[in-house]
Amino acid sequence: MAVSRASTATVVEPTSPVSEIVSLREVGKSYGNVHALRGVSLVVRQGEVTCVLGDNGAGKSTLIKILAGLHAHSEGEVVINGEPVTFSSPREALERGIATVYQDLALVPLMSIWRNFFMGAELRKGPFRMLDVATMKGIVADELLKMGIDVPDLDRPVGGLSGGQRQCIAIARAVYFGAKVLILDEPTAALGVKQSGVVLKYVARARDAGLGVVFITHNPHHAYLVGNHFVILNRGRVSLDGSRAEISLERLTNEMAGGAELEALGHELGASVKQMEEGAQLHAS
Amino acid sequence: MATTAPSPAAAGSTGGATPPPATRDDRVGKRPLVATLLSRPEVGSVLGAVVIFVLFLVVAPVFRNPASQGTVLYTSSTIGIMAVSVALLMIGGEFDLSAGVAVTTSGLTASMTAYQLGLNVWVGVFIALVVSVGIGAFNGWLLMRTGLPSFIITLGTFFMLTGLNLGVTRLVADGVSTQNISDMEGFASAKAVFASTVSVGGVNIQITVFWWLLLVAVSTWFLLRTRAGNWVFAVGGDPKASRAVGVPVRKTKIGLFMFVGFTAWFLGMHTLFNFNVVQSGQGIGNEFLYIIAAVVGGCLMTGGYGSTIGAAVGAFIFGMTVNGIVYAAWNPDWFRLFLGVMLLLATIVNLVVKTQAEKR
Repeated sequence: MAVSRASTATVVEPTSPVSEIVSLREVGKSYGNVHALRGVSLVVRQGEVTCVLGDNGAGKSTLIKILAGLHAHSEGEVVINGEPVTFSSPREALERGIATVYQDLALVPLMSIWRNFFMGAELRKGPFRMLDVATMKGIVADELLKMGIDVPDLDRPVGGLSGGQRQCIAIARAVYFGAKVLILDEPTAALGVKQSGVVLKYVARARDAGLGVVFITHNPHHAYLVGNHFVILNRGRVSLDGSRAEISLERLTNEMAGGAELEALGHELGASVKQMEEGAQLHAS
Repeated sequence: MATTAPSPAAAGSTGGATPPPATRDDRVGKRPLVATLLSRPEVGSVLGAVVIFVLFLVVAPVFRNPASQGTVLYTSSTIGIMAVSVALLMIGGEFDLSAGVAVTTSGLTASMTAYQLGLNVWVGVFIALVVSVGIGAFNGWLLMRTGLPSFIITLGTFFMLTGLNLGVTRLVADGVSTQNISDMEGFASAKAVFASTVSVGGVNIQITVFWWLLLVAVSTWFLLRTRAGNWVFAVGGDPKASRAVGVPVRKTKIGLFMFVGFTAWFLGMHTLFNFNVVQSGQGIGNEFLYIIAAVVGGCLMTGGYGSTIGAAVGAFIFGMTVNGIVYAAWNPDWFRLFLGVMLLLATIVNLVVKTQAEKR
């Protein structure tokens, strides 16, 4: 499996197979009297993909916001490299090597690809601290080619690219800027099958390069393709927490779907499905 | 959207066998030069300027006179200097409706502090600079603090400044204009900087024209080739996204408002040293001329797109029209109608150009 491959490759680290970069201990967050997140514990290790699954409103977004530094947590501890922290801005999280790729990707549609890529971290040169446009364009072209995206014109506004291309640009940007922990917020949610595959391949590549990845999704199939560790959130609490060895895809899918609830739903819908099948057969004949 | 096939034949080829991965995506063609040109924000305004220039060359013989062109440039510069900062602010996603009266506030401040305290004129000029930039900082700070639309906040400061201009001038100078300061110490040197004329090939050109062109050049360089310039596009295009990648949204926006204050100061000084006195009621309505120049020049009302060169062309269109109508001996009553039509046409052209450019 990927973990063992990654750990044997890094000879420099004989003591621990995979080191913890980020760990959450009983973290909670309330907005007024609404408890969006309660008692969530989570560990992100180097070279591992930790998948966070959950339905809408389960607290995934809140969890991301805490990790990304957009909101401070109100209970528990966020520990980064052994040091408890409370972020007050996304910049602080970035400085600690935590990069977040949001669903909306944090790309500005009207700005060109290379400007987006280096937004907030522009390269400069010369006595007038001018933008080093040529170098930036060169880097962007290289990074995108590594991901298998070929955009002929880096001056194109990002708004005109496809969802998969935009996703890849956002991930490539985070990886390029030395992220140690990559938080991906539903990276495959709006994508087709093929483009999802490209993004998942890149997630695996980031993992094998030694990054800790937090992969947030509501698709257990995508999660199981790349994940080492799975956490399911339900109404702000952790309802399942286990490593790949402990959890099968079937169990994950079942848990994710709400287990018993889904079974009941299945019975309810069973009748109508039967009807549809019969209707289809009628048509065929 | 942009990856849709340019021709049906190319689209058909992707339906069958998968294309080799290492090669260029054949659905994305090379961007034609025309598209690159059309994607520039100022293209619509340049076309408009050429049309209007030719029109007045034909209908108004006086317009062909070099001295008339000097006047056109001067009028353009008085709008253009402010249009530069207003355009930058608009690219950064905000408005400043107080920009017109802020010019007057600046002139009044310099004149009255110098006159009443018997100071060197340059001291008054410096105090006015602090006040003007301070007004900009206040606008920006209040915007970021409250999260209200800049339209409301600067509408508030617009009325406040209008009232202050009239009220304070009445109290201090006992009238609707300031006292003449032309005999005061430092006046001559300040006039040389803010309101002198330079002879170029026998044509007298106001120094504001050169300051304006310098401002356009520097601001274009700033916008396209500096880090802070990139941040202006970023905060205007999507403030949330920029904040998420570490762009200092607050500082950038407040800085833009302060720059509007700076240009208001400059134009206020020009008014003061050109006419020796400042009328406390002037400047009302000019904020719209600055916004029109910026929008005609291709700045998007929603932010994130535009150029200061475009705003300069927009100001030039204004300068040509306001003088051209006089040179052509037309009734100037029609001027504002023309201005409104220009604004609408320019906005529509910009919209079309932008969607076309994104598709290519």
